[in-house]
Amino acid sequence: MKSYLRSAVAVYAKDMRLEARTKETFSAVLAFAVIVAFVFGFAFDPSPTVVALVGPGIVWVAYVFTGILGMNRTFAVERDRGTLEGLLLAPVGREAIYAGKLASTTTIMLVVEVLLYPVFLVLFELNLFNIWFVLITIAATVGFSAVGTLFSAIAAHTRAREILLPLLFLPIVLPVIIGAVASTSAALAGDGWGGVGKWLQFIVAFDLVFLVLSSWAFDFVLEE
Amino acid sequence: MGTAGLGIRQALLGLAAFLFLIDLYLIFQYAPTASEALGLQVQRIFYFHVPSALLGMISFAVAAFASVVYLAKSNSPGHRGAKAATPESRPARFSIMRVAILILFPGVRIWLALRRVEKRQWDRIAWASAEVGTVFFTVAIGTGAIWAKPLWQTWWVWDVNGTLTFMLWLVFIGYLIVRSYAPTVERGSRWAAVVAIFGAAAVPFVYMAADWWEGLHTERITGPGASGSMQSEIFVTFMFSLVTFLVLFIALVAERTAQRGVEESIEELRREVSA
Repeated sequence: MKSYLRSAVAVYAKDMRLEARTKETFSAVLAFAVIVAFVFGFAFDPSPTVVALVGPGIVWVAYVFTGILGMNRTFAVERDRGTLEGLLLAPVGREAIYAGKLASTTTIMLVVEVLLYPVFLVLFELNLFNIWFVLITIAATVGFSAVGTLFSAIAAHTRAREILLPLLFLPIVLPVIIGAVASTSAALAGDGWGGVGKWLQFIVAFDLVFLVLSSWAFDFVLEE
Repeated sequence: MGTAGLGIRQALLGLAAFLFLIDLYLIFQYAPTASEALGLQVQRIFYFHVPSALLGMISFAVAAFASVVYLAKSNSPGHRGAKAATPESRPARFSIMRVAILILFPGVRIWLALRRVEKRQWDRIAWASAEVGTVFFTVAIGTGAIWAKPLWQTWWVWDVNGTLTFMLWLVFIGYLIVRSYAPTVERGSRWAAVVAIFGAAAVPFVYMAADWWEGLHTERITGPGASGSMQSEIFVTFMFSLVTFLVLFIALVAERTAQRGVEESIEELRREVSA
């Protein structure tokens, strides 16, 4: 258990150090997210009544799209530089590699998502600084990366990684998207635990099931 | 595999064709025209729509189950070799207890028969089931839209069954595509198995989420199939249709599984020749 944690933390630290030095994934994903939010401003009339109706939807569409973009790079970077083999040859359990990759993906996504809060506030007057929304963001992001990290390992080994990841990823995380949008509507409408609680528990249950399932399946996915 | 069981497969296909003729007669002649609330003649599409949707779900269950067994039988790196040493064909010792158990519990017999199925075969079954299931889901979605339009003035209703069917259809498409993009057959099989298992694990979540979502946004529309009492002619026709589709499903999956087996042995021979 201790060595498992230490290896996972080592993979995580490596990814974070890499990201801190190059800022490759982070900057690209953030720029993309801002562009998506910007384009949404022209997709519909951004008046307060319309925003109250479709706001949660656009927030989560923006998050899901940027998430796919970011997760695609999780293993693609390793593969392009030829470091994936090295990572797999390391004498650590595959679950530890999965946990480390999961943590780094989640961190990058969460940072981008939080940085988008002011963007949505400025462009749509959508106030996301809400404790319930923060909790929903964390729970849903963990669910996204639990599934996405695994599928990005699959997609990275194929010719069509950009197509394959969303194709596999979106149907599976559909319940999280539904839950996130519904609970965000409730949270922004000012409902407390009464409106948000049910969905939040639902998303956390999804997270737990797919965290276990993904760390089990990771072994089969990467085996040569 | 190969030509083994060819006779049975042909007989199954023949039976499916024969049953379909009777089914068509039942649907268009025997079953009464439905009430106006159910769409009069249009309601007859129900005998295609519901069985194909159910068979789609069943095919998903088969694919997911076969995938679990396939992955369980693949040697994960940790215990490679350990599994291969397990004697698969131990001589069965005769005992009264054993015979009694086999006679009393048919499930045990099925279990023992299933245990003898080899690893590659499970993968072929999952693949065949996914392919046939995709077709059934496509039929279910298409017929559903055709039925919903005259009945509810809309092609698509975001109810639980519709959402679940659509989601599983998408998972199946991902399942088939991931195989075609995989660099080797073996990896494609493993990846596809993971996709099927993930899809199966997501089913209860999609079901719950769609149910709650529906409660939030639309008033519930109970499908005509769910309405309490069914006329006996309608019931008989429906059940017959279900059996017909089931036989067709089994016949197609068996055929496709056998074809995969032949394809794989051809591939093996080709490799032998070129080596």
